[in-house]
Amino acid sequence: MKEDEIIKGDHRAILDMVAPSSLVLDLGCGGGELLELLTMKKNVRGQGIEIDEQAIYRCVAKGLSVLHGDIDTGLSEYKDKTFDYVILNQSFQQLKHVETVLFDALRVGNKVIVGFPNFAYYRARLRLFFRGRVPITASLPYTWYETPNLHFLSTLDFLDYCRQKSIKVERKVYLAGEKRMRVLPNFFANTGLFLISK
Amino acid sequence: MIKSSSNIVETKYFTFAHSPEEFILESKEKLSPVTIAYEAYGALNKEKSNAVLILHALSGDAHAAGLHKGEDKPGWWDNMIGPARAFDTEKYFIICSNVLGGCRGSTGPGSLNPKTNKPYALDFPLITIGDMVNAQKALIEHLGIDKLLCVIGGSMGGMQVLSWLIKYPDKIRSAIPIATAPKHSPQQIAFDEVGRQAIMADQDWKSGNYYSGKSPNKGLAIARMIGHITYMSDASMAEKFGRQKTNGTEHFKFTADFEVEGYLRYRGDNFVKRFDANSYLYITKAMDNFDASQDRPLHEVLSGKPLKVLVIAFKSDWLYPAYQSKEIVKAFKHAGIGVSFCEVDSTYGHDAFLLETKEETHLISNFLKSVSQKRGRT
Repeated sequence: MKEDEIIKGDHRAILDMVAPSSLVLDLGCGGGELLELLTMKKNVRGQGIEIDEQAIYRCVAKGLSVLHGDIDTGLSEYKDKTFDYVILNQSFQQLKHVETVLFDALRVGNKVIVGFPNFAYYRARLRLFFRGRVPITASLPYTWYETPNLHFLSTLDFLDYCRQKSIKVERKVYLAGEKRMRVLPNFFANTGLFLISK
Repeated sequence: MIKSSSNIVETKYFTFAHSPEEFILESKEKLSPVTIAYEAYGALNKEKSNAVLILHALSGDAHAAGLHKGEDKPGWWDNMIGPARAFDTEKYFIICSNVLGGCRGSTGPGSLNPKTNKPYALDFPLITIGDMVNAQKALIEHLGIDKLLCVIGGSMGGMQVLSWLIKYPDKIRSAIPIATAPKHSPQQIAFDEVGRQAIMADQDWKSGNYYSGKSPNKGLAIARMIGHITYMSDASMAEKFGRQKTNGTEHFKFTADFEVEGYLRYRGDNFVKRFDANSYLYITKAMDNFDASQDRPLHEVLSGKPLKVLVIAFKSDWLYPAYQSKEIVKAFKHAGIGVSFCEVDSTYGHDAFLLETKEETHLISNFLKSVSQKRGRT
């Protein structure tokens, strides 16, 4: 249930970031929950890319346009600024070639929305510090041997990275479940969402 | 299989371009008259907005579903067409026609040439995938349908889908090309050519003039055997046959010892009973000559059209590999058309489009539902 709430929380944050009637590419769109929401509430024209076959079936059942493919192989087929927004929500930390995909996303989209679990969330810190175990939290729910995540970063790590690469951070949203965190977000938020552009 | 009177179907025939009218082919050659064999299932609604056109592959025909009276073999896509199936006949009006150049009721090289009162044989003009589509369009108009809800087909049927998209994008609402290619690769042409050579090397072929005597059955059977090899995969053959031996009693060194040999011979021998060798030549040539972007790039033709497209490929299909479907997808993406693509995990090879009906049903029924609902809203 808790998972569900988090998903709703980050979806709501993304809904706030996306302008109505825009063109959206959702990378790693899963079963299309976010795209469906954006289509219904914001009247966007959406395209998803997803690697899992069963998830493709769920997208098609929702009437969404979805392409079966690996986003790690790149977005070279899309021309510059094809989309108003490219979304990398919760797929970001699972990419093999984060940098390539992120820069490609910034190329084909006017703006990019990145969402990922914050590894520096205080519960993760406590579990690591006091129990000596790899964090398992609401936003990092997997055991070490079955996690699809390849990169573990904090929200501050991401902001440092954007500064280094001259990526403009237009909006920051920090979440702990449904709630937005404003105080010490890198400590109290388990999920970070960023609207960025180049 | 439940046999009920409700799924007894019959092939109908539509003849047009009666003299002095003529059906003009893409080569500018003319045919008159032209007959198209077709079957239809379900009912056309009052708005005439629920018609789905199914396009068959190389060896298919108009008999896609149900049973012909007195026969026990259902149509070639029967498990996909019917009440509560992917093509739900309670919702949609399903049409399937035999292609021009075919030998299952439509005008082809085996038909009578009215000028000579003999079969056309090689006097039959070369036809194209586009000609097949033009004939289908004449049929659709005859049935009083202005706009199709969907055109769908696998393999050569998929090429016809692409041709429909290029020629008549305003006459369709959606399209589903399955296990197909925007054009044949040299490898695909090569397999077709070996099939054609097998037919033409048969001494009974007689430059195509065999209709009054023996047919080139050996050649056509070999062509079909080659075809069947390309429709399967290494894995599906291993699973189906292994190295299982047949228990033949023939005393000949080169009998069909292995099951796979027996299977291919059986398939070849059966095929000649229902297929005309000259049609095989004409149709495979039409496939080899097809190039979806011959005139203009696909994405230019389709740019801005309010179409929805679902492209399906299969992982183990090495005859029409997924990369060819991805090329098609790329064109739709460039045209800004809402496109979905699924590469179904299957070991059946090219045959998967006839066998993976569970996955296809899931994708197609939902896709059709969303397309027809969308229409309801606007």
